[in-house]
Amino acid sequence: MTEYRIALRNSGLIDPNDIEDYIKNDGYSALAKVLKEYSADKVIEEITASGLRGRGGGGFPTGVKWKFAKSYNDEAKFVVCNADEGDPGAFMDRSILEGDPHSIIEAMAICGYAIESNQGLVYLRAEYPLAIKRLQNAIDDATELGLLGDNIFGTEFGFNIEIKIGAGAFVCGEETALIHSMEGMRGEPTLKPPFPAESGYWQKPTNVNNVETFANIAPIILKGAAWFSSIGTEKSKGTKVFALAGKVKNVGLVEVPMGTTLREVIFGVGGGIENDKEFKAAQTGGPSGGALSKDFLDTPIDYDNLIAAGSMMGSGGMIVMDEDDCMVGIAKFYLEFSVDESCGKCTPCRIGTKRLHEILEKITSGNGEIEDLERLKKLGQMVKETSLCGLGQTAPNPILSTINSFKDEYLAHIVDKRCPAHRCSDLVKYEINPDKCVGCTLCARACPVNAISGSPKKVHSINRDLCIGCGACDTACNFGAVFKN
Amino acid sequence: MACKSHYVDECYAELKQFIEKLPTQKGALIAVLHKAQGIFGFLPEEVQDFVAKELHINPAEVYGVVSFYSFFTMTPKGDTPISICLGTACYVKGAEDIVAEIKEHINLDVGQVSEDGKFSLDAVRCVGACSLAPVVLIKDKVYGRLKKGEIKSILDGYMKGESHENN
Repeated sequence: MTEYRIALRNSGLIDPNDIEDYIKNDGYSALAKVLKEYSADKVIEEITASGLRGRGGGGFPTGVKWKFAKSYNDEAKFVVCNADEGDPGAFMDRSILEGDPHSIIEAMAICGYAIESNQGLVYLRAEYPLAIKRLQNAIDDATELGLLGDNIFGTEFGFNIEIKIGAGAFVCGEETALIHSMEGMRGEPTLKPPFPAESGYWQKPTNVNNVETFANIAPIILKGAAWFSSIGTEKSKGTKVFALAGKVKNVGLVEVPMGTTLREVIFGVGGGIENDKEFKAAQTGGPSGGALSKDFLDTPIDYDNLIAAGSMMGSGGMIVMDEDDCMVGIAKFYLEFSVDESCGKCTPCRIGTKRLHEILEKITSGNGEIEDLERLKKLGQMVKETSLCGLGQTAPNPILSTINSFKDEYLAHIVDKRCPAHRCSDLVKYEINPDKCVGCTLCARACPVNAISGSPKKVHSINRDLCIGCGACDTACNFGAVFKN
Repeated sequence: MACKSHYVDECYAELKQFIEKLPTQKGALIAVLHKAQGIFGFLPEEVQDFVAKELHINPAEVYGVVSFYSFFTMTPKGDTPISICLGTACYVKGAEDIVAEIKEHINLDVGQVSEDGKFSLDAVRCVGACSLAPVVLIKDKVYGRLKKGEIKSILDGYMKGESHENN
């Protein structure tokens, strides 16, 4: 399986600070083409026919979204680029903005022409200072060359772009929350409908698309919808950029056609698991997604298959985990994130995620009860069904998917009070290998809680109930006889 | 770029000038707070009150925004701020062990500033450098692919550098 670069076509290959370099690589010719040859409706038809779906996670058809936005008439309408890449573990938007900023400017102008808007806004996270600098530089250069501003290419169409800087809140990736944040307020989501297409930024019709979605627009216009829809699967067209990270040999961004399998990404492009350990799971969709076990290695990745597998595409983070990772711990890690980032507006998300996190904390500290599994499932389902926005509606996914695929790990924590991956510090206890122990008594003397018994030159043993898991015995032993279990 | 106490008036003047030059005050609160934090280093109550007055909004609204976003802080940072990335890729690659090492080495908990004001330790959510995991930022410098023990010698370098500057 080879990579297929559409969204990343220029990243790393052209000088992002040189507009001429972008223009030499067909830059702004898609904008010229639509302004001279296409009507606004024709642009929307082309994008709809391409089958492009939102790359920010939801997977909503982009052409349909544009059509909604166009259908509302107002003297002011807005095109918004969502560059609030908050999924911890995804960095394709940063890479595109830093490596190919003009591709976003061009696509936003095309969108402006299609939905009849003259003003673009990019909501960019404050954590990406270089992306802010390069994009602003690109906007200035494009304005100077007349590719932004009034009468672009001598037509009546004019378009300007302004950058709005975020201030660190994951929930602002949700489009209504993002709009409130752009208005200078707390980034809390509101109920849809009304959708932003009807009432968005300052209550005006607003179309919000993700960075990677925009990065696909110019190639679709230049090469045609038929070309784009020939790539990918039946319902997921084109390519997807994944941020491959974690325990994989080759880390970084990888763009592959939709329908590529996890195995091809992780073991093909990714080169397999680091230190030749065993693959355990891959988390897609970040805190909103789920862990895919080895049973899903040969499932073609597209929007619908990932949802069927209990995960989601999300923005494309792909974290690979090996045998040393504790899946209960991973679920707890994601829940901690969701608890932190819940904006607090709706009760199921604010309180529900906290209770879910507490149950996981109880399990990983060795106090879990078998009923906790049922509690997690029931409460998780309730939070999913009753939360106001996407954050809460997907926050339980990491728990539900790990219970589904790694129930034995939960049972080991709850019933045996053991962490099979030796990651949960409260459950890590030490034992002595009788074949290696020479009875030197060093460990017994090092133990701060007198949990080790045995007489000199006899095999020693550790009382699990007394052991606090400090590891002093392991450090003291000169014969490698102490091990974690 | 923190505002030194004897330049406070100049700092307020700079902020006031920034607000006056805004094309519109509508929706400008977050941009103004970014500027204010850039000038003062943090956003104490007095600065929030000043911003509220200048933008003709309620101080509660300013506080609501400051406390909502993780980028804004109401406590000053150390001269050498240390940020450890706790994004997923870093977590899987052992960021927690590095937090423990830093804690032990400079005796500082996440969210704290050292008594002499030299260091402060913060946890951040994903800096988008996942292929360099685990990542620590010290001042504006990124340290990636950290292995056990490495962070200690890096911090030692900063400690020496600091004392050298003081001499």
